[in-house]
Amino acid sequence: MTPPRAGSRSGRTPATTPRLDVDALLADRHTRIIVCCGAGGVGKTTTAAALGLRAAEQGRHVVVLTIDPARRLAQSMGLTELDNQPRPVTGIDLGAGGSLDAMMLDMKRTFDDVVLAHSTPEKAAQILANPFYEAVSSSFAGTQEYMAMEKLGQLRAEADAEGTWDLIVVDTPPSRSALDFLDAPTRLGSFLDGRFIRLLTAPAKAGGRAYLRVFNAGINLVSSTMSKVLGGDMLRDVQTFVMALDTMFGGFRERADQTYALLKQDSTAFLVVAAPERDALREASFFVDRLEVDGMPLSGLVINRIQQVAAPGLSAARARAAAEQRADEGDVLTAGLLTVHASVAETAERQRHLVGRFFAGHPKTPVVEVPALAEDVHDIDGLRLVGAALAGPVS
Amino acid sequence: MASAPALPWARARLHVVTGKGGTGKTTVAAALALALAAGGKRVLLVEVEGRQGISQTFDVAPLATIEVRIAHASGGGEVLGLSVDAKAALLEYLQIFYKLGRAGGVLERFGAIDFATTIAPGVRDVLLIGKVYEANRRRRDGRRSNPVEGEMVYDAIVLDAPPTGRVVRFLSVNEEVAGLAKMGPIHSQAASITEMLRNGQSIVHVVTLLEDMPVQETVDAIAALETAGLPVGAVVINQVREPVLPARELKAAAKGSIDRDAVRLGLEGARLKVTDTLVDGLALEARDHAQRVALEAEQLTVVEALGLPTFRLPSLSDGVDAAAVRELADLLTEQGMVP
Ligand SMILES: Nc1ncnc2c1ncn2[C@@H]1O[C@H](COP(=O)(O)OP(=O)(O)OP(=O)(O)O)[C@@H](O)[C@H]1O
Ligand SMILES: Nc1ncnc2c1ncn2[C@@H]1O[C@H](COP(=O)(O)OP(=O)(O)OP(=O)(O)O)[C@@H](O)[C@H]1O
Ligand SMILES: [Mg+2]
Ligand SMILES: [Mg+2]
Repeated sequence: MTPPRAGSRSGRTPATTPRLDVDALLADRHTRIIVCCGAGGVGKTTTAAALGLRAAEQGRHVVVLTIDPARRLAQSMGLTELDNQPRPVTGIDLGAGGSLDAMMLDMKRTFDDVVLAHSTPEKAAQILANPFYEAVSSSFAGTQEYMAMEKLGQLRAEADAEGTWDLIVVDTPPSRSALDFLDAPTRLGSFLDGRFIRLLTAPAKAGGRAYLRVFNAGINLVSSTMSKVLGGDMLRDVQTFVMALDTMFGGFRERADQTYALLKQDSTAFLVVAAPERDALREASFFVDRLEVDGMPLSGLVINRIQQVAAPGLSAARARAAAEQRADEGDVLTAGLLTVHASVAETAERQRHLVGRFFAGHPKTPVVEVPALAEDVHDIDGLRLVGAALAGPVS
Repeated sequence: MASAPALPWARARLHVVTGKGGTGKTTVAAALALALAAGGKRVLLVEVEGRQGISQTFDVAPLATIEVRIAHASGGGEVLGLSVDAKAALLEYLQIFYKLGRAGGVLERFGAIDFATTIAPGVRDVLLIGKVYEANRRRRDGRRSNPVEGEMVYDAIVLDAPPTGRVVRFLSVNEEVAGLAKMGPIHSQAASITEMLRNGQSIVHVVTLLEDMPVQETVDAIAALETAGLPVGAVVINQVREPVLPARELKAAAKGSIDRDAVRLGLEGARLKVTDTLVDGLALEARDHAQRVALEAEQLTVVEALGLPTFRLPSLSDGVDAAAVRELADLLTEQGMVP
């Protein structure tokens, strides 16, 4: 792993852009939850793990909730047991008196636990065996976001009750769009107590023959068409499912609302992670605006994987021209080095331009830039490097 | 690299393109569609997640649920685009089979359409691929039948599919709808789709980058596809970087032992102002480059160990637009991905 090089930043955030002070955030005991969000693949999981590690090594008692971490990273954090519970991370420096636990979210299991905790054993068994439950708990868009919120709520309750952790760092699912994370829980909640579902429960509630009277023609049409297309058993299955879940309905929305409220508190810090690419920055921009509109406590933006230029004095264009000249002279070594530099400098220039546009649109958002390391971040040392970079260039 | 005559998918009509998120599924699907359309063919390019990736790639108006031409291919061919929407597909389906008329609106108002397309297990996917199935069987004479050479509206269909993590589930519609009643039309539709996916008409290609996670997901997805009885075609390696340093210099760069005096002389020869900072900087950049090349080589061995035909597409420095897709299409053709 190549350490980030001091003083080699390819371009700096403009003097007017406030710098995100990560160490101050971590040191502030008032910070209880950090949420790392952003578009797919930008480095949310890496950032969450790196922040957790840094905070623990600075003395905080941390739990990191990761979602689908890369396999090698998971292994290096000791995340091999899939029991949906935090486990201590070993091989870190606990000299400052902190601790670090980490876990990987198991979405299905978290959902199962919610069901088990909120219904009688009999009813729970009925729900868990229903084919619709399988669909909702494993593939409904938004379930993962919802369960991440649920797990966060649980960790927070445990932290409060037992004093185990004073900081929870949460990773977010690789959503199609960064906004899914905020919307999905409510969407799932309102879907589950939506109109069609309530309609389906009506006949069973009314019981026996009364059902015919309750149903008007419209409803009859709906249910007969649906059973033609989907098959008769399916409607029966869904009715049983919905009936069994009934007791939990209010629960769904209420819980989503509770976690939402928790996220709004000023002891929560949102970090938006972005890559210096057009799409990722556009997502980040939406997200920053949305957090502001919703009154969510945004701490700042992490721009991850910024291309570093080690020879900043030489422009891409000059390097290209010189490379050509050296190649003509048969000097493959110098030509090669200059070509490498030219593409590095071009990438950096392109990123600088894209990032500059973001700054112009969000002059008040605190920002920190993390250099692209030469290798993937897959072990504790790598996380430590990212953590140090998050805290800013060493001065 | 594949040699043209032995292409296992020479007779395939449906090409399914998957890969980890962001690896270039949409780009590769678009290039493949153009390559298949060359020489007067008619190809349908389909997306199923409502992302509008295809229209953005070709820089055309957003796609809707009707097929529209989005590109001309060389030699008179054309590519049409379609964004399948599960709700629209269900309403269309109800219309065709049940002559519903206004009732469709009632279903919609009661949330039944939403219900069936989001929560009923597998129904959504049956509807989405069902649309592809239907397009695959459409004949020029307006009827529908199993594909007959020369008679069909489309010569080939390319599906910009969900990412590796979801694709097997998406394509395993039979298993997905197993929880539904055994008789309904959704069930028989799922059976027909499964037949189409397995009988040699269809092939799944996986797009990857030479990075740890995409390669890992590629390996996992291919194993899962094979277990599910879904034929796998090629691995398309996207964003390949050309080596800029010859092997010997690369080795030296990795060890940080390049011949600095030679570099100084070289830089002077190019009339550049030579400083220690410049030489050190270039050496560091070369070392990072060498490290990356080594990592990519490592990932390449993992990909090659899969024993599947591989095709490579370069990283285009100006990003992807319609012209770039053409360039990538030509590269796929040159490498023999298209018969
Ligand atoms: N600063 C960095 N330098 C080099 N590699 C990095 C850096 N940050 C992240 N990576 C690598 O990029 C890849 C993606 O990172 P990560 O898994 O953290 O992204 P993510 O946003 O959580 O993705 P997803 O949306 O899929 O969950 C990983 O292989 C990681 O090691
Ligand atoms: N060969 C290439 N050279 C340069 N840029 C590329 C190349 N292939 C893809 N890209 C760019 O990479 C990004 C991701 O590509 P694309 O949208 O095709 O991926 P995807 O797998 O379809 O992503 P998603 O999972 O979000 O649907 C796009 O911005 C695209 O323009
Ligand atoms: Mg992640
Ligand atoms: Mg895409």
